[in-house]
Formats: sequence, structure tokens, C-alpha cells
Amino acid sequence: MTVTFLGMPADRPFPRNAARAVRNSQLRFNLRKATRTIRARRASVVAEAPDWAELREAGRAIKEHTLRNLDRYLVQLEEAVTAAGGHVHWAADAAEANRIVAGLVKATGETEVVKVKSMATQEIGLNEALREQGITAYETDLAELIVQLGDDRPSHILVPAIHRNRAEIREIFSEHMSGWGRPAPGDLTDDPAALAEAARLHLRERFLKTKVAISGANFAIAETGTMVVLESEGNGRMCLTLPRTLISVVGIEKVLPTWRDLEVFLQLLPRSSTGERMNPYTSMWTGAVEGQEFHLVLLDNGRTRVLADEVGRQTLRCIRCSACLNVCPVYERTGGHAYGSVYPGPIGAILTPQLRGMGSELDRSLPYASSLCGACYEVCPVAIDIPSVLVELRARARHPWAERAGMAAAGWVFERSGRLARLQRAGGRLRGLVPRRLPGPLAGWTDTRDLPEVPKESFREWWDRTDGGRR
Amino acid sequence: MSSRDLILTRIRRALAGVPDVEIPRAYRGPSTASTAGGSPGSATGGVSGRPDDRARPSGETTVPPGARAEVSGEGTGASGETTRPSDEPTEPPGETAEPPGARIRLFEERVGDYRAVVHVVNEADTAGRVARSLAGRGARRVVVPAGFPSEWLTDADVEALADDPPLSAVDLDGVDGVVTTCAVAIAETGTIVLDTGPGQGRRALTLVPDYHLCVVRAAQIVAGVPDAVARLDPRRPLTWISGPSATSDIELNRVEGVHGPRTLEVLIVT
Amino acid sequence: MRVALFVTCVNDTLFPDTGRAVVRLLRRLGVEADFPRAQTCCGQMHFNTGYRDEAVRLARRGVAALRGYDAVVVPSGSCAAMIREQYPKLAGPSGPFADAVARLVPRTYELTEFLIDVLGVTDVGAYFPHRVTYHSTCHSLRGVHLGDRPLTLLRQVKGLELVPLPGAEECCGFGGTFALKNADVSAAMCADKARAVLDTGAEVLCAADNSCLMHIGGMLRRQKSGVRVMHLAEILCSTETAGAR
Repeated sequence: MTVTFLGMPADRPFPRNAARAVRNSQLRFNLRKATRTIRARRASVVAEAPDWAELREAGRAIKEHTLRNLDRYLVQLEEAVTAAGGHVHWAADAAEANRIVAGLVKATGETEVVKVKSMATQEIGLNEALREQGITAYETDLAELIVQLGDDRPSHILVPAIHRNRAEIREIFSEHMSGWGRPAPGDLTDDPAALAEAARLHLRERFLKTKVAISGANFAIAETGTMVVLESEGNGRMCLTLPRTLISVVGIEKVLPTWRDLEVFLQLLPRSSTGERMNPYTSMWTGAVEGQEFHLVLLDNGRTRVLADEVGRQTLRCIRCSACLNVCPVYERTGGHAYGSVYPGPIGAILTPQLRGMGSELDRSLPYASSLCGACYEVCPVAIDIPSVLVELRARARHPWAERAGMAAAGWVFERSGRLARLQRAGGRLRGLVPRRLPGPLAGWTDTRDLPEVPKESFREWWDRTDGGRR
Repeated sequence: MSSRDLILTRIRRALAGVPDVEIPRAYRGPSTASTAGGSPGSATGGVSGRPDDRARPSGETTVPPGARAEVSGEGTGASGETTRPSDEPTEPPGETAEPPGARIRLFEERVGDYRAVVHVVNEADTAGRVARSLAGRGARRVVVPAGFPSEWLTDADVEALADDPPLSAVDLDGVDGVVTTCAVAIAETGTIVLDTGPGQGRRALTLVPDYHLCVVRAAQIVAGVPDAVARLDPRRPLTWISGPSATSDIELNRVEGVHGPRTLEVLIVT
Repeated sequence: MRVALFVTCVNDTLFPDTGRAVVRLLRRLGVEADFPRAQTCCGQMHFNTGYRDEAVRLARRGVAALRGYDAVVVPSGSCAAMIREQYPKLAGPSGPFADAVARLVPRTYELTEFLIDVLGVTDVGAYFPHRVTYHSTCHSLRGVHLGDRPLTLLRQVKGLELVPLPGAEECCGFGGTFALKNADVSAAMCADKARAVLDTGAEVLCAADNSCLMHIGGMLRRQKSGVRVMHLAEILCSTETAGAR
């Protein structure tokens, strides 16, 4: 089986990446502030929708029904897009998708493209692939721009630069904008409005002159061939509207059966994602419009493998809202880079190992990057039971031998109540000998937390001695 | 094997024996007032909204896209002007299911929440209000898309630029603003939707200029997202606009004004 | 009504006071709970860490040990959630084990559910003159959905001053083996939780789950904070004449 590429090198296991991240106080502060802000916003707009539970249930079912009939809906989508003057391409993996896109760009004779923020193109490492072909891709989403200018990696699905605060962003803009186009104003402050203005000026000319744009899509309607992109800044509209050629790279799971289904997802996504009743701009187009040339690249890249998995399949319901990241206590402390994938957070912890397999130490560690607190499941707008998928993946992971031995020993003790009772009696006798610091993997606990005192008498001994407290 | 066939084969193999799923739609759907009175939706025929439409191929949608744009551009909201599928029950037209005032007030409030400028005016005062808004903005050179009601511009002291021949992106970058109508507006989310119909023009017209003045007729305001989806025709390019352009990319704080128009002004004509 | 106490392995071995408090509290309310001696562990640690075979074996043992009771009371939201949410998945759709699980699940109550929903009591006659804050614990909140039952009970305790814990619904970072496998993140989460507890000025941190309390309490003790942790059952058991222990 070929290894699915997910836009980032998979090197060290999550706990080691995370250990480094939790010691970065600036990162901790930035993430805490940002995730708490968005959490509160989401909570208030979700509470405002009286039928949220019903929308969520419909969202779950529509996605599940779509996956169940994915072949049919993809063919229908292809027909509808083609009938509306668009061109449809199919890419089995990242390399093929990159090849297709590079070929389409080259056919236009252009060497520069503008990009709308897209997880699919991040996933396949499109920018890097285009660079090898002599094509420069300009990210136009503010956060993507920050990442690109800073030669950084994305750390969040919705806000890839969530790990950066305003002062850091000011510095990146001042230092690096000139290398990519119009320099930042000399007197740039770290006021968010000033930073947004700098991005506006930096990209304005680029939007007006670039002839090719690349996007993803939030939804693709099989019935009508309509593509849907939700955004905030207007960079999406610029890319989708002004260039002569538009290429959209879309995961095969993004299809929705009917136009009407949007009535559900246009309510679920903005409220879950940016915590707004509606995002500022949503563009919908069907095939080639207003004289544009339109290409749709349908991407598999491991998705069909996930589809084949009975438990993991629900992961493909994901609409990339990032509510699970924002509410996750682990993500809040580690940020996105620790997950070693363009898909961080709880959804990344289940999506990455399924797309990429569990061959590397990092990918085996991802299903354990959760305390199973369940907050992700609670906020998921399509009800992906992330904790259950995590546990399922844990059951399939190869476990370290010391852990296997420990678990086997514990299992043996719990197998008979007599064994447990004997262990408890021994513990009671040796209670004074428990060291304050434990060795090996157990030191993780005692480095920062005291152990509980072992009682003289277990509950079971007390029950036997006193007949349940009756004597 | 082509990648198309490869992917489709993988999917079919993955799904062998997997049962299908019922879709419960217990959420608030389109209100009867807007599906009946807001007939544009029925212009989209098979895509307008019943679960049993799922199987119907898109090719069966029969009404030409232009049929509904007329309605939205003139904002009558009357049902007689478009063809409706014969199987749809006929209901009295109009936005009578709830007091229209409440819906207008909600729309006004929700648009305002996005820090857009909102005014409610009656028909007679519209031209004056348009003139005052443009003057207040200092807008001299203003794009006026074909089909924008000329009576709304009678008081305005502006140079009206037609998009004929089409203005270049650079031209658009140099204008002071754009005035448009809309196709539909959503009270609950404070959204206006443009479908490039009369009075709206192509998508770039409302994107590149820094100021967008949109005139919404009260009858175009529907209650919620499902009503809007039911009214719109996906074969037209659609732009849903909820406030001025904004970003939350810096510390997840919302800042208005990035690449799209930094000022959105909405006039609601009652 | 035949009532069994499923005390849980953690309480049995490390926190016998909690088990004793449940027995005495129920007795005060007129319920003589039985302690089925064959019980050990619900299997949650194995299940959550990815050792499904062991978890199934332990689940089978647990189900057998608890057979025949009208109600099973569990003083742990987490273990109650394991039985109610996960046992049906482990048991599969049919067979004798699935049947036994199907009988057990509706009879399994977390302690506060048993008190309020079955016994219909909210004032258990407790007296505890201390400033207390309550941590909701993830599985009590999102696993068995206790809602405000614990707070309802605490509000009726005489002398008790209940202070809200900001971010109570956020995880303390225990997560079973998570605390060992991702010790740094777990400790960071725990540190934030401990700080939130200290900020309330409470003398006692209370929860319906001792594993989380062991975790937060371990840090509070390491910090020599002086804040005690106590299982909800121990507070509800306290009266003017008898202390909790």
C-alpha cells in the first residue's frame, strides 16, 4: 500500500511534540485566548438556533446517506458539472492531483496562481508541487498568507495561523511581504485592523491581474453540479470571480445529494466554524460561469480506504468546521503542529491515522492524543463520535511491550476477585514503602502529582470485617 | 483502469452490504409563506426542495433561469409570474404567515449585527435615501448594473457607470461604489443573496468596489436559510453576503474590512 | 428492591471511604445495598487503552457478578458510563452476553441518579459546614449525562457553601492511561484545573468520580495547597453527629 501524503512530514510521536508545545508559554497564551474566544461565540449562536439538534441529526444523516451512495452521487455530480460547461478530473492520490493541476495551469501559459484557502490542496502539498513546476501559488486567505510569508506550517483547520498573535503577525508582515509583492507599510502597527489593511493592499494588485485561481469547495451538489465556498474576507470571491481559469480540488466526500441539502449545512457550518449566524461571503457557481473556464478535480487520496472501514467511515462526514479543535483541551495546550498533519485536533487524531495508516510512530500515537473527554463529539455538527473512533483505532494500534505486560497483569488480577483482594492486602501492608516518585513511564504522573495514599484496608476488607458496616 | 473507474470501483467495494440511511428533516424548513408566496423557488423545480426530488435528475428542471430573476429584481414576490410544478399545492400568495414588520425588524437587527449600515424607508423616500447614502459616502462615480430601478437614482448626484461594455477589474477598483438590488434576503441571518439578475450585475461589480449599497424590498425578506434555498436557482452564480468583508484570523477576533467591500449599506424598502 | 453496590476497583482499592459512605448513606435512606463479592473492574482502562479482548473478559465478569439485582449503584460517572455506553458495543447485537447486558444497562445508576431518580430524594439530611466547589467530570457530564443532579444534592446540604468552579465542564486531564502516555499535556490540563479550584477559595473540591479527584488532588497536594478533595458521597454521608470518615 502506498503511503498517503498529508502535507507534513510524520516524524516524532505526538507526546514528544506536545511536550515541547506545552512548554512554549507564548503559544499556550495565544491558543488559550483564541480557542476560548471562539468557543464562547459558537456556544451563543448554537444556543440561539431552536432546532440545532434536528439540524445536526439531518446533517449526520445526509452525509451518511451520501457516503452510502457515493459512487452514484459522484457520477451525477460529474454529469451536472460537465453539462454546465465545466471539466471534471479524477485523482486517485496526491501525486495525480498535483499532476493534473500543474498540467491545467501550464496549459494556460501562466506561471502564477492565486489560491483560496483549501484543506484539500494543503493535504496534497499542491503549492510545493507547483513550485517544482515553476509555478508560484499565492495564498490569499489572511491566515494562510501569514503561514506562507512566515515559512510556517498551518496549525488549525479554519485559522491556520492561530498559533500567532498580533505582534508576531506584524513582524512577519514587515519582514516578509516585500519578498512576495507589495511590502508592508513602514509604520505598520499590530492593530488587527491595520494588519488586515496591510493584507488588503498587499494582495489587491495580485487579485486584479492573476489569470488562474485554485480553490477547494465546502460542498458540491450532485443534483445541480453547484460548487459552494464559504469564506469571510472576500479573497475567495476575488479568486473565484476575477481569474479566467478556476481549478477546484475537492475531496470526494464533499458531495451533497441535492440543492435543498444546503439548507442544513449553511446553518450548521458557519455557526460551528466561526461562531457566526452566517459567514460574510458564500459563493455558489455551477459549471463555467461568466466566461470562466472551470475544472473540478475530485480527490480520493485515501478516502476510499476510510470509507471501507465500518467504524472509521463516519470520519468522512467531517465538514472541516474545526469546532472540535476549538473545544479540545488537548489541542488548546499543544496547538496544531504537534499532530504532524494538516488535520490537527480531535478530527485529525482520527482522520490522519486512517488516511495515512498507522505505520509511523507519530500516526500510532495520534489516537492516544485525547483524554476521551467527549467535548469534540458534543460540538460536532455532523455527530462524528470521535471518542469511539479513537478507541477503535487504539484497539488496532501496536502497543509497546511494557504496556502490554502491564495490561496483561492488570487483566489477570481483575480476572478473579480473590486475586484483587490478595493484591489489596499486600498493598495495605506495604503502604509505607510506596516511593514518592515512580520509575519509567509511571514517572509521568509523579513528576507533577502526588500518589494517593494506599489505605490500610480496602473496601472489600472493610465489608467482610464489618458485614457491610452492620457490626 | 482510469482513475475515475479506480475510485468508483474502490467506493463500490467499500460499500458492499452497507445499509442506507433515512434523512430526518425535523428542523425548521421553509415556511409556507415563503414557499407559496415566494414563488421564485418553485422556478427551480426539481431542486427546490422535497425529499422525493432526490432521485430526479437535474436536467428535468424546466424553468429557464431568467424567469425568476425578473421577480427578484422587481421584488414583487408574487407567484403568478413563474411556472410552478403542477404537483405543488396552490397556496395563497404573500408573506402573510407572520407579521411582516417583525421579519423586517429582525433582518434589520441582524444585518446591523455585522456592522453594516441599515435603513428602513418607504417606497416614496427611497430615491432620497439612496441619494443621501451616496452623498454621505462621498461616492461620485458609482456602478449601476442594468435593471436597477432608475426611479431610485433620480435624486442622486452621481456619475452612473454602466457595465456595458464590461468594466475591467482595474476600472472597478477605481470607482467609488456600486448600487444593487438583491434576489432574496434572510431575516434570521441578516444575509442578502445576489444572483446576477437585473439590478445586480455580474459578481465582480459588488466585489471590487469598496462600497456596496444594496436595496432590498421588504417582500424579498424570508424568515430563514431554508426559505432562501427554496427560492434560489443554483444555475445562476450566487453570492450570499452577510455584512462587510471580515476576518477572524488574528487571534480569532472579528475585524471588518478585508478584500471585499469594507462598507455595506442596506436599504430596506417597505 | 434488591440493590447492588458496584463500588469500582479504584474505590475498592484506593478510596474505601467512598464505598463506606455510599453504604451508610443508602442505609440512612432505607436502602440496604448488597456488595456482590465477585465484582472487580468494569474494564474501562483496558477498553480505552485499546485492549478490547481483556475489556470483554472483564465486562463478562462484571455482568455475571451483577446479575439478578433490580438496581446497580455506581459511585463513579466514568464506570457507570462504561457499563451503559460501551458494554452494549462490546456485547454485540445478540447472544446470551448481549441479553445480559441489555438487562443490566437500564438497571445501572450512577449514585446521584439513584438518589434523585429512583429514591426521589434531593435532601439526604447531610450536614457539611464547609466551602465546597464541584468539578463535573467529563464522563459524569457527557457519558451518563448527570446534568445538575450533583449540584441539586449539594445545595440541600446544611452548612455547605457551594461556590461555582469556572470551566467546571472542562477535562482535568486524567483520562486514564492518558495521564501517563501524554503526561505533559495531562499535567498542563491539571495545572489549569488546579488553578481554577484554588481561585474559588474553596476548602473542598468535590466530584462524582474519584479517579479525576485523585488526579487533581494529587497536584493540589503536591502544591501543598491545603485544598481537600472529597467524593460527593462522602459529603452527602456527613451529618451533624458523624463526620464523613
